[in-house]
Amino acid sequence: MIMSENGEGGGRTRGHMGPIIITPSTTFFSLLILHLTQNPYNFLLFLVMEGGLVLLGGGANGGGSGGSSGFSTNESAMSEASSYLAETELELGLGLSIGGPTGKINKASGRILTAKDFPVPRRASMNGGTPPSVTVSGTKRAADQSVPHDGGSPTATSQVVGWPPIRSYRMNSLVNNNQAKAPRAEEEHKGINEEEEEEEDKAIKDGSKLKKPNENLGHIGFIKVNMDGIRIGRKVDLNAHSSYHSLASALENMFLRSAGAEKQQLTMPSRLLDGSSEFVLTYEDKEGDWMLVGDVPWMMFLTSVRRLRIMKTSEVNGLAPRFHERNRTQRSKLI
Amino acid sequence: MQKKTAYSFPDEILEHVFSFIQSDKDRNAASVVCKSWYEIERWCRRKVFVGNCYAVSPTMVIRRFPDIRSIELKGKPHFADFNLVPDGWGGYVLPWISKMAGAYPWLEEIRLKRMVVTDESLELVAKSFTNLQVLVLFSCEGFSTDGLAAIAAGCKNLRELDLRDSEVDDLSGHWLNHFPDTYTSLVSLNISCLGSDDVSFSALERLVGRCPNLRRLLLNREVPLDKIANLLSRAPQLIEFGTGTYAAELRSDVYSNLVEAFCNCKELKSLSGFWDAVPAYLPVIYSVCSRLTSLNLSYAPIQNPDLTKLVSQCPSLQRMLVLDYIEDSGLEVLASSCKDLQELRVFPSDPFGEEPNVSLTEKGLVAVSSGCPKLQSVLYFCRQMSNAALVTIAQNCPNFTRFRLCLLDPKIADYRTLQPLDVGFGAIVEHCKDLRRLSLSGLLTDCVFEYIGMHAKKLEMLSVAFAGESDLALHHVLSGCESLRKLEIMNCPFGDKALLANAAKLETMRSLWMSSCSVSLGACKMLGQKMPRLNIEVMDEKGPPDSRAESDPVDKLYIYRSVAGPRFDMPPFVWTMDEDFASELS
Repeated sequence: MIMSENGEGGGRTRGHMGPIIITPSTTFFSLLILHLTQNPYNFLLFLVMEGGLVLLGGGANGGGSGGSSGFSTNESAMSEASSYLAETELELGLGLSIGGPTGKINKASGRILTAKDFPVPRRASMNGGTPPSVTVSGTKRAADQSVPHDGGSPTATSQVVGWPPIRSYRMNSLVNNNQAKAPRAEEEHKGINEEEEEEEDKAIKDGSKLKKPNENLGHIGFIKVNMDGIRIGRKVDLNAHSSYHSLASALENMFLRSAGAEKQQLTMPSRLLDGSSEFVLTYEDKEGDWMLVGDVPWMMFLTSVRRLRIMKTSEVNGLAPRFHERNRTQRSKLI
Repeated sequence: MQKKTAYSFPDEILEHVFSFIQSDKDRNAASVVCKSWYEIERWCRRKVFVGNCYAVSPTMVIRRFPDIRSIELKGKPHFADFNLVPDGWGGYVLPWISKMAGAYPWLEEIRLKRMVVTDESLELVAKSFTNLQVLVLFSCEGFSTDGLAAIAAGCKNLRELDLRDSEVDDLSGHWLNHFPDTYTSLVSLNISCLGSDDVSFSALERLVGRCPNLRRLLLNREVPLDKIANLLSRAPQLIEFGTGTYAAELRSDVYSNLVEAFCNCKELKSLSGFWDAVPAYLPVIYSVCSRLTSLNLSYAPIQNPDLTKLVSQCPSLQRMLVLDYIEDSGLEVLASSCKDLQELRVFPSDPFGEEPNVSLTEKGLVAVSSGCPKLQSVLYFCRQMSNAALVTIAQNCPNFTRFRLCLLDPKIADYRTLQPLDVGFGAIVEHCKDLRRLSLSGLLTDCVFEYIGMHAKKLEMLSVAFAGESDLALHHVLSGCESLRKLEIMNCPFGDKALLANAAKLETMRSLWMSSCSVSLGACKMLGQKMPRLNIEVMDEKGPPDSRAESDPVDKLYIYRSVAGPRFDMPPFVWTMDEDFASELS
C-alpha cells in the first residue's frame, strides 16, 4: 500500500515533476499531490490554506485572529503555487467541490484567493488579512450560536451541545448541588416565570431570552424518556426545547421512527398532549410523583421534571385525579 | 500441517513461552513471524481487546482465536459521553454475546465500555458463561435491575461486578437477593451509578457480610450515611470504598460509629462517593487519610477551609479528584503535602455560571506542577489560562502522559497577553515527549496544530473543539502525529481537503470523529468509495443525505477502520458511505 506520499508531511519529496505513475494501489488522493508542482508540500499548503479561507473561515474572534493562519510557508512558494492554480483547477474540481465558486458556505466570496490576498505570513501575528466572514456550520441548536462571539461569552457556549465536556451524570449531580443551595433563588424565579409565561410565545424565537432563567437554575440537560412497550429508552435534551409543543413533536419523531432493535409498529398519529392518541406523555417530578405533562408553565416543568414516560392512555386513569389535586395546591402556592 | 525442521521447538514449548507474553502488541508481533507461530499463538491467546466493536465481527474473532477467556469491547465513540451521539446509534453487545455463547463456554471476563447491553444480553451471559468471574459495564446502558438479577443468580463464580457510570433502569432493589446464600466469592462491587430503590440495603449487608474476600465496594448515592458504619464493620478488609450520600444531621452516635468503623479498616487506601458531603462528618476519615493513595471528592460540595484541611492530611495521595472548590490555595497545599501525586482532576462546580464562583485559576495547576514531580495525568477545568503558565507547567512536568485542559469558555485567549494559547500548548507537546493524550481548549490557531504535528510523536488521542482556522491544522495533525489512534473534533472549521489528502492515515487509526465541522457530503462519499477498509458514517437527524447537495456539510461524521465491512444495525439517522451508497440512491 502506498500511502507514504499522504502519510508523511508531504514536504520531503522535491523535484517531483514527472509522469504520473498509476499503480493499482495509487488512489485518487496521491494523484492530487503527485501532480505537477515542484514542491508538493507547499503547493498543498497553499491550496489547503486558501481553500480554507474561502470556504471555511470560522474561528474568527474579536481577539483579532485574522485571515492568515500562522503557517510558515514562504512567500516564494506561494507565488509559485499560485501560478499553478489555473492549471490545476480542473484536476481539483473533479467531483470534490473544494475551492472555487462551487464552494459551499460562503456564497459571498466566490473567487479563489491568490497570493496577493495574503500578507507575508508571520508566525504568531494575528493581524491583517481578510477576516473570514463565514459562519461555521455550527450546531443545529440555534442560529445565533454559530456566529463566533467576541471573546466567546459563556452564555453562548453554554448552549452548545457537548460543551463543556462533562458527562451527564456529573452534570446532573451538579444541578442537584446547585439547586439544593439556592432554594431562595428558585422562589424568585417562580415569580419571574409567571410574567414570562405570557410572553413565552413571543420569546420562543429569541432563544437566548428564555435561556437565562434556565441557566441560573442549572443546566437541566438530558433526561430519560421511556415509552410503554419499548425496551430501550431514549434521552432528550430539555434545553433544546422552549415549549411543550416542540418537546412533544420531538418525542413523537423519536419514538415514531425508532428502528434499532425494536421493530414495533406504533400508531401515534397525533399529538401526545391533546389526548387524541393512544399514548399520553407523563413525567416524574422531584417528589417522585407521576404527573401529566402540559399543565404547569414550561419553566416550572423544567425545574421539577426528573424523567418522562410515554404511557398508554388506558393506564392514565389512576393518574388524573391525583394530578388535579396537586395542581390545585400548586396554583395556590403561586398566588 | 506445517513442516517442522530439526531446529523448531515442539508446539508445547512455544505455547509455554507465549504464555509469558501478555501484551497484545507483542502477541501480534509473535503471530506474524511464521505460519506455525501464528497457529500456535492463536490457539493459546486468552485475552482479546477490541477497541471498536464494529472494526471486526464476532465471527472473525472466534475464527481466529478459538479459546478466549477474557474479552474487552468498546462501542460508542468517546464524544457519546457528552451527548453528541444520538440515542440508538448502535454499539449493541447482543450479537457478540450470542456468538460467544456457543464458542467460548469457558469465558471468564467480559469488559464492555459504551455499549448497549440489554437484559436479554445479561440473561444470555448468565446462562452461557458459568465460569464468569469478571463483568465490567463501563458507561453502558440499556439494561435494568432484572438483567442484574439474572447475573447474580447465574454466575456462581463472579468475583467482580462493576457498573461504573452505567445507566440502569431501576425496576426493583431486590436483584441483590438473587445472589444465593451460598455465594461468597465477591471481591469487587461497584454499584455507584444505581438510582433510588435499586438497592435493597439488607440484601447488601448480608452479601457484604458473607464475602470475606471483598476488597472493593462502591455504593450508590441512596445509601444513607448512618448505615455505612455497620457495613464497614462487616468488611474491615476493604481496600477501596465509596460512600453513599455523605450528608446527615450531626449525631454523636452516628459520628462515633463512623470513626470506629473507619479506624478498623486498616487496609483502606482509596475513598470516593461523598455525595452532598457536609463538613461535619469529614473528620471521621482522618484515621485513614495518611494511608490514602486515591481520593475522589468530585461529588462533594465541600469548600475551603474544610477541603484544604482534609487534603493536607493525605500525604500519600497518588490520585486526586476534586471540584474547583479547592481553589488555588488548596492546590498549593496539595502541592506541598502530596509529593507522590500522579493524577489530578479538577471539575467545575458551576460550569454555566457567567461569573467565576471560586478562585481557581491557572495558578493552582502551576503550583501542583511545580510541587509534584511525579505528576503524569491532568484533567483541569478552569476559566483562565496564559501561555506563560502553560510553558511553566510543561517545563515542570516533562513526564506528562495525559494532559487535558478545559477552559470553560472554549475560545478564550491568554488572559494576560490576549494572544492565542498556541505557544503554551506548543510547549506542552514539545517538553512532554511521552504525551499520549491531549485535549485542547482556548483560542487556538493553526499554529498549535503545527506544533502538535511536529512534536507529539507519541500522541495517541487528541480532542479538539472550537480551534484552528483552516484545513492546514487538520493536515498537520494527520500528517505529523505518527502514533495517532483516535482523533475527535467538534466545531472546528475543517473541511474536505486535509481529510481527503490524508485518507490513508485514517486506516492507521482507530477512529475519527468530526461534528459541526465543514466536511462536505461529497467528500464523505468519495472517501466511502475509495477507501473500502474504512467505514464512513454520516449522522444527520435532519434527513437523508440524498436530499441535499454534495457540497452541504454533514452534521456528524464518524470514520473508523474495519475489516468487517459496513454495519447493518444503524438507526435511521446514520448513513454509511460505501461503494453501494451512490448506486442505492439512483
